[in-house]
Amino acid sequence: MNAQEIHAKLKAQFGDAVGDLTEARIDPFVTVKSDKIVEICQFAKAEAGLEFDYCEDVTGIDWPARNQIEVVYHLFSLQQRHHIVLKVEADRSQPSVPSVEGVWKAANWLEREIYDMLGVSFVGHPDMRRILLPDDWVGHPLRKDYQEAGGYHGVSNTRPDPLVRLGGKVEAERKAIAAAAPPPVAAAPVPAAAAVPAPAPAPAPDKKESPNG
Amino acid sequence: MAETVVRRILGRMSPSDEEIVINFGPQHPSTHGVIDFVTQTNGEIIRRSIPDIGYLHRGLEKIGEAVGYPGYMPFTDRIDYLAAMLANEGYAIAVERLLRIEIPPRAKYLRAIAGELCRISNHWVAVGTMASDIGASTPLTHALREREAINDLLEELCGARLTFNYARIGGVAFDAPEGWAEKILRYLDHLDSYVQEYDRLISLNQIYVKRLAKVAVISREKAIAYGLCGPNLRGSGISWDTRRDLAYGAYPEFQFDVPVGQGKMGAVGDCWDRYAVRVLEMLESSKIVRQALAKLPEGEIMAKVARKPKPEAGEAMGRVESARGEMCYYVVSDGTENAYRVRVRTGSFMAMGIIEEMSHGLMIADLIALIASLDVVAPEIDR
Amino acid sequence: MKITTALDSTSLTTRYPKTALATTLFFMLALPFLLYLVLLLMLPFNRPEALDAVAQRLGWDLGHSPLRDTWYAVILLVEATIVSLYTAVFAGVTTWVERRIAGRMQSRIGPNRPGVFGFMSWVADAVKMLFKEDLIPAEADHLLFRAAPYFSMVGLTLPFVVLPFGESVVVADLNVGVFYLTATSAFVVVGILVSGWASNSKWALFGAVRGAAQVVSYEIPAGIAIMVPVMMAGTLSMQGIIRAQGGWPWQWFACQNPAAFVAFFIAVTASLAEGNRTPFDLPEAESELVAGYHAEYSGFRIALFLMVEWANMWIMGALAVTLFLGGWQIPGVSVEMINQTRGTDVFPTLVWFGWQFASLMVFAIKTWLLVILFIWLRWTLPRVRVDQMMSLCWKYLVPGAFACFIFTLFWVMVPASVHLVSGVVLSVVVALLLVKFALRTRKNIAQVKGASVDLSNW
Repeated sequence: MNAQEIHAKLKAQFGDAVGDLTEARIDPFVTVKSDKIVEICQFAKAEAGLEFDYCEDVTGIDWPARNQIEVVYHLFSLQQRHHIVLKVEADRSQPSVPSVEGVWKAANWLEREIYDMLGVSFVGHPDMRRILLPDDWVGHPLRKDYQEAGGYHGVSNTRPDPLVRLGGKVEAERKAIAAAAPPPVAAAPVPAAAAVPAPAPAPAPDKKESPNG
Repeated sequence: MAETVVRRILGRMSPSDEEIVINFGPQHPSTHGVIDFVTQTNGEIIRRSIPDIGYLHRGLEKIGEAVGYPGYMPFTDRIDYLAAMLANEGYAIAVERLLRIEIPPRAKYLRAIAGELCRISNHWVAVGTMASDIGASTPLTHALREREAINDLLEELCGARLTFNYARIGGVAFDAPEGWAEKILRYLDHLDSYVQEYDRLISLNQIYVKRLAKVAVISREKAIAYGLCGPNLRGSGISWDTRRDLAYGAYPEFQFDVPVGQGKMGAVGDCWDRYAVRVLEMLESSKIVRQALAKLPEGEIMAKVARKPKPEAGEAMGRVESARGEMCYYVVSDGTENAYRVRVRTGSFMAMGIIEEMSHGLMIADLIALIASLDVVAPEIDR
Repeated sequence: MKITTALDSTSLTTRYPKTALATTLFFMLALPFLLYLVLLLMLPFNRPEALDAVAQRLGWDLGHSPLRDTWYAVILLVEATIVSLYTAVFAGVTTWVERRIAGRMQSRIGPNRPGVFGFMSWVADAVKMLFKEDLIPAEADHLLFRAAPYFSMVGLTLPFVVLPFGESVVVADLNVGVFYLTATSAFVVVGILVSGWASNSKWALFGAVRGAAQVVSYEIPAGIAIMVPVMMAGTLSMQGIIRAQGGWPWQWFACQNPAAFVAFFIAVTASLAEGNRTPFDLPEAESELVAGYHAEYSGFRIALFLMVEWANMWIMGALAVTLFLGGWQIPGVSVEMINQTRGTDVFPTLVWFGWQFASLMVFAIKTWLLVILFIWLRWTLPRVRVDQMMSLCWKYLVPGAFACFIFTLFWVMVPASVHLVSGVVLSVVVALLLVKFALRTRKNIAQVKGASVDLSNW
């Protein structure tokens, strides 16, 4: 089945809860109402012809401009070999979406990661806690307005810019070394047979003043 | 940090007087990276084992929003450094779909060759470390020796041994050097016969088989429900391979089998099946590389792409069959030169989700076998 | 001799080759040879009567003075020290042998820097461990933590007292030698348990409990299998058992009795388990328990534990050689021949000493071959799981050992000619098996077309 047919089937079953299939830029998706997502997913999994038994990915995108956080479901069917992308929009100030962990166990850890990174809480999830970050971390990093807390348990997460700090000192040292080095031996007294290596010493003094200085 | 987390986890456990809670990791020789398994055991039998991840979280998905499309390629190496070519390829495919460009055929073939060599290299590490976790240290050094040959081949190609940064948006970075194909073929001749010796050394060793057969059997339904992919899914008897079934890149031109777990040593989906699938996949990759080298077309290796590409606003999914399963890059663009969102779904992350469920009733040694057979790497889990 | 600074990264062996060669040869050959020589010179004079005779010969009349007991005690103390020294040197040399063999089996070189062929690596390691920080975890039980290695060491060094190195080269030929050896070698498990408990670490405790279960379980089949040659010889004395065998393979107990052949394998397997060697190295499973019961030990204390593990291999090998493989018996030379060369003087003749040395060499070579077999097994086989190890012991080895025991009960009643026939048949069978093994190995190597791989980059 292609995306249009899948969308048609979903629309036929759920009517207004299922939005329109967007045009393919590049992958088309369907926006559905968040309160119906669990039923839609159960239908998608159980219905003959759809059979979306594999939850490929559940992820989230932060859209501060629209004041929304999108939760994106990539579903796949191993039997029918077709994909569909569903999206649910959650209000950015209090994002909360029903959990589909009961439909596919794979969503368990995936939803925990969305909670951790974006702050979306999933209603009905058996183990809603952070997964990648420590439990007492402040903030949700993947949000566009995330500010780091300036440290964690006494470990600072800023450091002085090393180039700024060392800058002048390193250059001065290099110039001093270059000035103190003996001048290169002139290539004049070399015999004709060794004329070929003569150009070699010339570029050497240039290298002493490092290009990185 | 660790205290708070462990306390929350302990709150979910309620060990009786005879049970103890121990930490496997985060520093441990067998957890395949920095992962902590908080395990509640009654003697040798585990009641439950809860993985605690995040020790290697580097915020790679957030970095994707800051460095621009071509600039993100070296970061994809670090998402899975044992099979970096395939990680590169996945991201490149996603962005190429966004830009709606077609890459030249030579680039597709080179990506396939490099990717399959990387798969062989990764599977050597996987089977070697699995044997080492079970207690046999000799197969590990042999596997790493075999992997060295591939490291050398890929170093000739792109200059790096681990983090290649080889694929580019629009093609690949370097062309195959002179004499490279002959060296690969010589190595593959050796590989095809050496795998038999390796099997005699360890795969068919009775002690090894007894340690892995019928241990941690993952049924078909469980594997699908928990979203396993790659050799883990195939080890449970499901024949799905993105290379064959979704047919991207140059793969439609190649003939190869997809090994699937058959329960040869006891049960379909046990640890030995997942191990055997990896060993057989090495031989299949060798076949693919031979065919690709034979048919390698001439031509360009890069399509015309702007220095700082600005794809149209939209989103695309790029899928590759990485060594650890299907790696999906979901790239959302807003029309600027930085991506709006880069999401990486990796096989190891999904595999970790099943460990708590499978750990009931396993022995400690079996937990090690399970983790090793799922071939998880911490960077893929934590990103 | 050119003096270079420590910043020169060329190995010491390359910079001072003659010194390196001399030191290596000393440690490799001269030191063990000296130890063996001292043993040889002292041990025939072990007993009080012999000591009296020597003293009289030298012109001292000890009579029944209290000095005699002191003299005797001093001699025994020196002998005990020599044997303990031998334990330590053997443990060190075995680490070198094991690391070189392991290296070649793993397609790499093994230690090759300190000393010629890396032979001094064990000396370097011993010195390094002596200089390491003495670390005791704050919550550990300090007294038990410190005492634990010594329990294991006691279990290691006591058995050396009865090991028969040569025809008369044994510290104390107890007439309950085998019994004494099994009893004292089990003392190692006390050290394992105490160290695991005292470390105050869950991992160490796991290793210790596994170790205790393993050693105690495998004592049973080991003990029963050991009873088989004891019955055949009719004595528990180690020297007595060897004297009941002969030098040629068909005169060994392993070949003289089919049940003893099986009991040999049971005894070797059980010994491996008692010595915590792979495939039974669960107590210290590196990839699971990260060094198990000695996880919290460092520096010299862990050196003692490791020394126990390696020197235990000598005991395992020596036990198997004594009981099943003919001990120090030289093929073609009978014990009467050796006794005839002794002479009537207090000091035996040089020829006698020569025969002693020959028997010492036979014993050493046989034991070394077994030790190399143990090393080979360690680096080839994976580890068994705890429940598999237990079921192997209780469900397979114990009934097997019992069956061998009962078979031997009847076997000792058949005439000696049957024993000889069985000996010849089994020797021929073993020889054929060895030939088949060698041919199969050659075929395996030829099958791999690996010789043509271009590894020139390396």
